Amino acid sequence: MSASTHPEGVATPPVFYQVEGEGHGHAGGGTLLGFWIYLMSDALIFATLFATYGVLSRNFAGAPGPHELFDLRVVAVNTAILLVSALTCGLSMIALQGGKVRAVRLWLVVTALLGIAFVGIELYEFGHMVAEGATPRRSAYLSAFFTLVGTHGLHVTFGVLWIAVMLLQLGQRGLHPDNRRRLLCLSMFWHFLDVIWIGVFTFVYLLGVL
Amino acid sequence: MSDHVHEDSGDAAHFTLRTYLTGFLVSALLTLAAFWAVMARPFSARVAAVLVVTLAIAQILVQTRAFLHVNARAQGGWILVAYVFTAVLLLIAIGGSLWIMFHLNTNMMPGMMSDPMSQAP
Repeated sequence: MSASTHPEGVATPPVFYQVEGEGHGHAGGGTLLGFWIYLMSDALIFATLFATYGVLSRNFAGAPGPHELFDLRVVAVNTAILLVSALTCGLSMIALQGGKVRAVRLWLVVTALLGIAFVGIELYEFGHMVAEGATPRRSAYLSAFFTLVGTHGLHVTFGVLWIAVMLLQLGQRGLHPDNRRRLLCLSMFWHFLDVIWIGVFTFVYLLGVL
Repeated sequence: MSDHVHEDSGDAAHFTLRTYLTGFLVSALLTLAAFWAVMARPFSARVAAVLVVTLAIAQILVQTRAFLHVNARAQGGWILVAYVFTAVLLLIAIGGSLWIMFHLNTNMMPGMMSDPMSQAP
């Protein structure tokens, strides 16, 4: 907290951080646990969206269904992109452990670009569906589909935004303990989104087309 | 430098390249198998559905272990407790909703099934 008052905090933060760690009992760990609880509550939001989607999965109301709408090749490409981005996010965390700020930033940039590609392809898919007349208003099924997949896409968008903010903060303060903690939370967020995507591509796309 | 990383998070010791690469490769294989089971259609729809759901559960477990570093020791075990608790809630919310709603659907009169349900905006 007060480390920012030091003109050059290269040597000071480790000393300061250990003091803080003893004083409050894993101060950084508390944040990580709190963030984990947030992620679990976010999982419950997705659980309700998955449940809604499952319940409405046959209510097409004459509108196009999964067979007409989904192109599994596009979904496979998007799944691959998100999985590779999970790996690059992990590589960034390994660089963080090694204290290599340049490598951290490089892998974060790659992760963000993959995230942008993922959202871009998803928007292309949505645009394609809307062009075919499959808008969220057409049927309960489509409302549930756009809500579930759109919520995941929004999460990825905010993840990209978070990466952009972290790149700025890394540029300003380097691998400051605060930034380390934020990066650990960011990686948890990103990997969590990949886990949610497993549910999306399995239950929405694969089971929908079967 | 590495000392206070361990202070920072109790499970930082598991951030190894090996863990990430293993998690990535296993996840990729599970994903490929799932898409293959649906796109190539080697099985009946029922078998493929069971297989795909099993692969998804397996991949979720692999990624929580390899990428999210969930284990019994992290944060004094609270990470795992929260995870298992959430899994139970997920099961109740999703499984319970589907169970109830599909029983309602099958208990309806045959003629009433499609119309009122599908008129929803």
